[in-house]
Amino acid sequence: MFSLQDKHLAEEIVSRIQKEDVRLRFMHVCGTHQDTLMKSGLDSVLQSCGVTIGQGPGCPVCVTTPREIEEILVLARKRKTIATFGDMIRVPGETASLQQLKADGCDVRTVYSIDDAVQLAEKNPTKEVVFMAVGFETTAPTTASVLLRDPPLNFSVLSCHRVIPPALHALLEMGEIKIDGFIEPGHVSTIIGLQPYESLSSIYHIPQVVAGFEPLDLLMAVWMLVRQVKKGDATVENEYTRAVKPEGNIKAQQAMNKVFTQADVKWRGFPVLPKSGLLLRKKYETYDARKKYEDELREIKEKEFPDPVGCLCGEVLRGLISSRDCPLFGGQCTPDSPVGPCMVSVEGSCTIEYRYAKKK
Amino acid sequence: MCLAIPGKIVSLDATKQFATVDYGGGTHRQANVTLVEVRLGDYVLVHAGFAIQVIEENEAKETLKLFRQMLAFQGEG
Repeated sequence: MFSLQDKHLAEEIVSRIQKEDVRLRFMHVCGTHQDTLMKSGLDSVLQSCGVTIGQGPGCPVCVTTPREIEEILVLARKRKTIATFGDMIRVPGETASLQQLKADGCDVRTVYSIDDAVQLAEKNPTKEVVFMAVGFETTAPTTASVLLRDPPLNFSVLSCHRVIPPALHALLEMGEIKIDGFIEPGHVSTIIGLQPYESLSSIYHIPQVVAGFEPLDLLMAVWMLVRQVKKGDATVENEYTRAVKPEGNIKAQQAMNKVFTQADVKWRGFPVLPKSGLLLRKKYETYDARKKYEDELREIKEKEFPDPVGCLCGEVLRGLISSRDCPLFGGQCTPDSPVGPCMVSVEGSCTIEYRYAKKK
Repeated sequence: MCLAIPGKIVSLDATKQFATVDYGGGTHRQANVTLVEVRLGDYVLVHAGFAIQVIEENEAKETLKLFRQMLAFQGEG
């Protein structure tokens, strides 16, 4: 019912793109898009049509900084109960990952939803439960919704939420690589709508298409971008009309605005990006793990945490190299023994590349 | 992580904060519906345990129709 399949239509779109005879490089910022491209084989089909598509910083776990990882590791060692999404647990810190601390006896739980973490706090009033909140605009409203409903006071949030548009601005501002168009993330856009992308098109004259996650969605998005390039247009188009309304989800936006304030934060592989992070407003500081455990976190306040030695996740996240260009890829760094987060997360381009390269 | 799965709301709890969502194939799971305005029978996209948008049942069909129209239009242009 929700599946978007039409073989003849797909063939038609491919032949249209081919006829345009282009040499273009587009970027998407979503691991789920990358997964669709690789799983369906569309990446090579499009390459043969002259269109290369790379993954930018579209993996929330991957752009989480070494400092944020150390913050949660410190709290785990200080006997807090840590709850977070599955991928986060395996990201290596300076000396260990949450998973390794769990094996050493620390209390680390994988949750499917922030609601599970709140329930954990409700059922265990003597435990201090810290939820490491990772994710872009798709996930941030879920954290906001929970904090708006007065969760128990033994629950707190280490917010590592980030918003996508500032990272897109940074990529174009830095100008390290040529990008002919952006395929914008469908589910982030379900929340934020189309307006937040518009300044990118007007400042940098870049075509953008919000896309869904089926192969046909991505093919159509590429064709729409190619048409824009050919016509010299630079607008924000919506391919994913079945889930993305131009205004987005206003209720979710309101929840986010009530709870979070946009702050300048660093992303892995990027410098500090203005207004790119979502930190808890003062009103919610009772639930802000960074305030609540300020004393515990003081030991790492002045410390620098560099990226792992030899790891090129930063270059991968900025789209400068593909995963297999990293000397560690598939040798020293594999999903079983990851060096950087792009090899940990199911949304990381290194994991995705590794998974499908093995099947080829 | 930005994966979202469509499903149908088959029951709503008294607080209207949680719903049971049918994902097909016998899979039912509870979802938080505080970020959307929903009624029984609505289809929603669910991400990390939260419904993030209400979607129309026949939207996929409509999308295909729209694509065909766009291609025909562009083809003539």
